[in-house]
Amino acid sequence: MNIFSRLGEFLLMIKGMFTKPEHWRMYWKELMHQCVELGIGSLGIVSIISLFIGAVSTLQTAYQFVSPIIPRSVIAQIVRDSVILEFAPTITCIVLAGVVGSKISSELGNMRVSEQIDALEIMGINTKAFLILPKIIAALITIPLLVIIAMTLGIWGGRMIGDITGILPHEIYDRGLLDSFVPYNVTFALTKAYTFAFIITAIPAYFGYNVRGGALEIGRASTTAVVTSCIMILLADYLLAAILL
Amino acid sequence: MIVVENIKKGFSNKTVIEDFSASFDTGKCNLIIGASGSGKTVLMKCLVGLLEPDAGNIIYNGVNFTQLNADQKKVMRRKIGMLFQGSALFDSMTVEQNIMFPLDMFTHQTKAEKQKRVDEVLDRVNLSEAHKKSPAELSGGMKKRVGIARAIVLNPQYLFCDEPNSGLDPQTSLVIDKLIKEITQDFNITTVVNTHDMNSVMEIGDKIIYMYQGRKEWEGSNKEIIFSKNERLNNFIFASEFLKDAKDMRMLESRGKIQNDRDMDKLLNS
Repeated sequence: MNIFSRLGEFLLMIKGMFTKPEHWRMYWKELMHQCVELGIGSLGIVSIISLFIGAVSTLQTAYQFVSPIIPRSVIAQIVRDSVILEFAPTITCIVLAGVVGSKISSELGNMRVSEQIDALEIMGINTKAFLILPKIIAALITIPLLVIIAMTLGIWGGRMIGDITGILPHEIYDRGLLDSFVPYNVTFALTKAYTFAFIITAIPAYFGYNVRGGALEIGRASTTAVVTSCIMILLADYLLAAILL
Repeated sequence: MIVVENIKKGFSNKTVIEDFSASFDTGKCNLIIGASGSGKTVLMKCLVGLLEPDAGNIIYNGVNFTQLNADQKKVMRRKIGMLFQGSALFDSMTVEQNIMFPLDMFTHQTKAEKQKRVDEVLDRVNLSEAHKKSPAELSGGMKKRVGIARAIVLNPQYLFCDEPNSGLDPQTSLVIDKLIKEITQDFNITTVVNTHDMNSVMEIGDKIIYMYQGRKEWEGSNKEIIFSKNERLNNFIFASEFLKDAKDMRMLESRGKIQNDRDMDKLLNS
C-alpha cells in the first residue's frame, strides 16, 4: 500500500468518526475514561521529564555562560524560552507519542485481532466514532494541560536546581523569568500542543484500527505508529515554527 | 428467514464466493460446513454486513440488506446477535459489563431493569455465578456461553455463530450445541452456524449447507446427510474410518436394521 492510499484511508477514517452517537452518555463515559487514561496516566512521566529538563537546561546554560559581562538572569530567560517554546510541547509530546501512541495502537490492534471491533460493528456501533474519536478529543483536552504543567515544572525545576547548586539564586532567576517575557510564546506552545495531540492519537489509532493478522502485526503496527508519530511531530514542529514565528 | 441470492465475493483477483444462493429458516439451526478456505467465514461476514458482497442480495424477512444505507444497516444489525470464534469479549469489562454493554448502548432501561435482563440471560446460559469475573478468568466454554448471553441480550431475530465449538472439548461442545439449539427454538430465531464439528452437524443440523470452493455443493438435513451420495461431501464429513463406521451404524439404525442401544452391557451380552 503506497503513501497516498494510506493517506486516503486515514482521511476516510477521520471522516467516518463524525456520526451521531448511538448513546450520548456512553460516549461521554468513554471520553472521561480516555481523559483519565491519557491525561492522568501520563502525568507522572511528564512531571519527571519536565523537572529534569528544566534542571539540566539551567546547569548547561550556566556552564556555557562564563562571561562576566552577561547578567546571570539571562540564564533564567534562556531556560524559560527553551522550556516554553520547545522542551515542554515537543519533548513532552515525543515522549507521549511513545507512551500513549503505543498504548492506543496496541489496544485497538488487539481489539481488531480478537474480533472485538467486529463485535461492536455487529451491534450497530460506529467503531471509529466510539473507539477513536473519544481518544482524540481526550488528547486535545488533556495534552495541552500536560504541556502547561510541563512548562511550569520545567521552569520550577531550573529554579530549584539553581538554588540547590548555588549557580543561580532564585531571586536572580525570578527576575530573569520576568525580563522580556513574550506572552505569544505560550500561545505558540499551545498551538503546537494541540497539533501534536492530534498526531499522537490519530496516527496510532489509524495503525491500530487497521491491523490485519496476529500478535506480530500488533507489535509492528505499534512500532510503525510511534515512529510515524515522532516524525510527524518533528515535521509539524518545523512547519509551525516557520509559519508562526 | 434469510434468503441469499447469487452472492459473489472476491479479494484482489481471487474469487472466494462464487454465485452462492441459499435460504436459512426461522426456528431452525442452519449449518454451513466446509473445509478451511471454502468461504464459510467470508459468507458469514457478508451476511452480517462486515463485508460488502461484490454482487447478489441478502434478504432478511423481505428486507434487502445489501441495498440499505449505512444508517439503515446499523438499525438492522441491532436485530442480529453474533457469537465469534474467539468469543470477542471485551477484555476491560467484567462478564456482567460485557452483557450489559448492548443494553447501555441501545436501550433507555433503568439500572434495575438492565440488571434483571443480565441476570436472566446469564441464568439462561447457566452462568449465574460469573457476574463479576473478568474474561481472563473464564474457561473457553464459559467464554462461549458469555458470548451467547451477550448475543441474545437484546432479543435478536437472527443469531450467527462462527465456529462455536472451536477449541472446546467434546463434552463442552455438546453443551454449547444444546444451548444454541434451545435458544433457537425457545426464541424462534433464525440461527446460522459455521462449523467444522461433525458432532454439531449430526446433533443440531436442521438444515446443512456444504460449501466447496466458494460454491454450495450440497444442501439437506442431518437425517439426509448420511444417505448422501455426494463424494466430496462424504470425503469431507466422514473423513476417518471411525466416522465412516458411525455413518454405517446410523444408516442401519435409520433403516430399522439395528437398535441404537447405548447400554454397553446389553450390547456386549446380546
